[in-house]
Amino acid sequence: MNSSLLRQMRSTFFFALLGVVFMFAAPQVLQLFTIINLTTAIALAVLALSLALIWGYGGILCFGQVAFFGLGAYVYTISAINFGGSTWAVLMAVLVTSAFAAALGYFIFYGRVSDVYLGVITLTVTLIFFSLIRRTSGPEYKIGNALLGGFNGVSSPPINLPWDSGSFLFPEHVFYVAMAVLILCYVFVGWLVNTKFGRVCVAIRENELRAELLGYDTRLYKLGIFTIGAGIAALGGVLFCNGVGRITPDVFSLYNAALTIIWVIVGGRGTLIGPIGATFALFYLTSALGGQSLLNNNLVLGIILIIFVLLVPKGVAPTVVDWIASRRKKTPRRARRRRGARAEGME
Amino acid sequence: MDLVAAIGFQLAYVIANLALISLGLAIIFGMMRVINLAHGEFLMLGGYTVVVATNAGVNVWVAMLILAPLVVGIIGVIVERVLIRWLYGRMVDTLLATWGLSLLLVGLVTSIFGASTATTVSPPLGVIRFGNYSASGYELFLILITIALFFLVWLTLRFTKLGLLARGTMQNAEMASSLGVSTNRIYMITFGLGAAVSGLAGGLLAPMTGVLPTIGATYIAKAFITVISGGSAILAGTTAGSILLGGLNGIFSFVVGSTFGEIALLLAAIVLLRLMPRGITGRFFRKSL
Repeated sequence: MNSSLLRQMRSTFFFALLGVVFMFAAPQVLQLFTIINLTTAIALAVLALSLALIWGYGGILCFGQVAFFGLGAYVYTISAINFGGSTWAVLMAVLVTSAFAAALGYFIFYGRVSDVYLGVITLTVTLIFFSLIRRTSGPEYKIGNALLGGFNGVSSPPINLPWDSGSFLFPEHVFYVAMAVLILCYVFVGWLVNTKFGRVCVAIRENELRAELLGYDTRLYKLGIFTIGAGIAALGGVLFCNGVGRITPDVFSLYNAALTIIWVIVGGRGTLIGPIGATFALFYLTSALGGQSLLNNNLVLGIILIIFVLLVPKGVAPTVVDWIASRRKKTPRRARRRRGARAEGME
Repeated sequence: MDLVAAIGFQLAYVIANLALISLGLAIIFGMMRVINLAHGEFLMLGGYTVVVATNAGVNVWVAMLILAPLVVGIIGVIVERVLIRWLYGRMVDTLLATWGLSLLLVGLVTSIFGASTATTVSPPLGVIRFGNYSASGYELFLILITIALFFLVWLTLRFTKLGLLARGTMQNAEMASSLGVSTNRIYMITFGLGAAVSGLAGGLLAPMTGVLPTIGATYIAKAFITVISGGSAILAGTTAGSILLGGLNGIFSFVVGSTFGEIALLLAAIVLLRLMPRGITGRFFRKSL
């Protein structure tokens, strides 16, 4: 890792450090109930992070990120029941989901399916999972020892220490695992978008034709980032079914697919911390809305989505950054320094 | 022989059903390049119109054939004026905004009518028989009305002034507008008509499926896959997509079970898009409507 990469990742490390502090401080301050709730929110934040990567940086408008999330959760649950331990189950969840995403992505990217169609296809895949797994309620639908359970879903075995299937983790410990996974994924994605691979992906997002004329196989890069994103989403799914204790087909619903998109829109495309923050904010908003019956959740989310698309299309984080930058521009001392930096860049 | 007739009838019904739920979406997509993610909710609103109207004592045929398209068409025009017209040319944003609209409508209807099934309407026609097999007469009615609806849309596009202007706008909006066509108005009317057709479809299907605020989600995936596989030609595309995907769905449902019918539909669509990224009408029948 050279020094310029480290400099670019300065804010990433800052937020990661903040996350570590939160990880150790939260259980001392908060109640167990809040911690368990937080675990679910963290799992969703991992999902948001994966979409922030492939949509915000890869420019791939995937409406079905929850499909990978849910698939990861189902694969984890089914393999954990069959293997009697979570070590291989976690690996299976990530690998199977990535393989599925790679196969789907092959058809999409090598078919040169454009943006909007891609969104619709991935959404359709999600909805097909939804209607498919809902129907698996009979005793004949089982994989190994795991009944799929249709609408009621399957209860997920808790995660255990690696290679030791007897030592289950309690909910308060799962919180540490979840937080650690979120921080590691965040740093990993923050690193990935600053590597050459990540930069090519951004170049493709900006102008696919130009990137292709420069000699990059855009299909391969898109497929790569799509598959990595799906793997991260699967990890989120594993955390999610651990936090909730079971996995149901509802995870594939249109509502959840929309929610994922809303996190990234609200947080801002092209940032990583924005969508993560938006996930936590909206998670607590919808929890609060669940406590009353006047305003329907769908109604509020629909209004939020429309308002952001029409009025704040960039999302919160980039808007705030722009605002700060424009404030800075007005102060002359900073402006001089900026001019200096620009001259340096031109050399 | 009876069996063949019964299966053939079922197949025709599956195809007609798919064509019926997709047509409104195809009109809006083909004409305006707007992917309307609230399409399922337009169908749902059509269904609710029928249920509310029949509960209020309106004749069920009037409710289905006149009120449902009228009400949803008006809603469509309002939506176009308030939301869609700010977003022309920004396909992704339109997609997101209509998704927001879809959530909003689901939330609104849930708040008004509750989350469970409202009183349903029973299919108003009797039974038809193929020897030892029987089928619902209402299914036959749906097949016939789908054909009639396609014919009507074809007549409108091909022979009316509105159809001519709409086709011109679809081919080259800038040229049309410099020739004095108010493309803005054409878009508004098209969106309204597309919504009206969706409302009609939703109203017609309400007796078969019942109505729920979330019922749109069950339609939308199938409708999208059909329209996108069909390509941009409105009628030929939807027809070709419905026949291919509906046919596969019907055959697989009959042979392996209805769950696999839907999987077959999806897989066929994905493979099809790999081979023909612009849909069936992107390769064949290019000049068709």
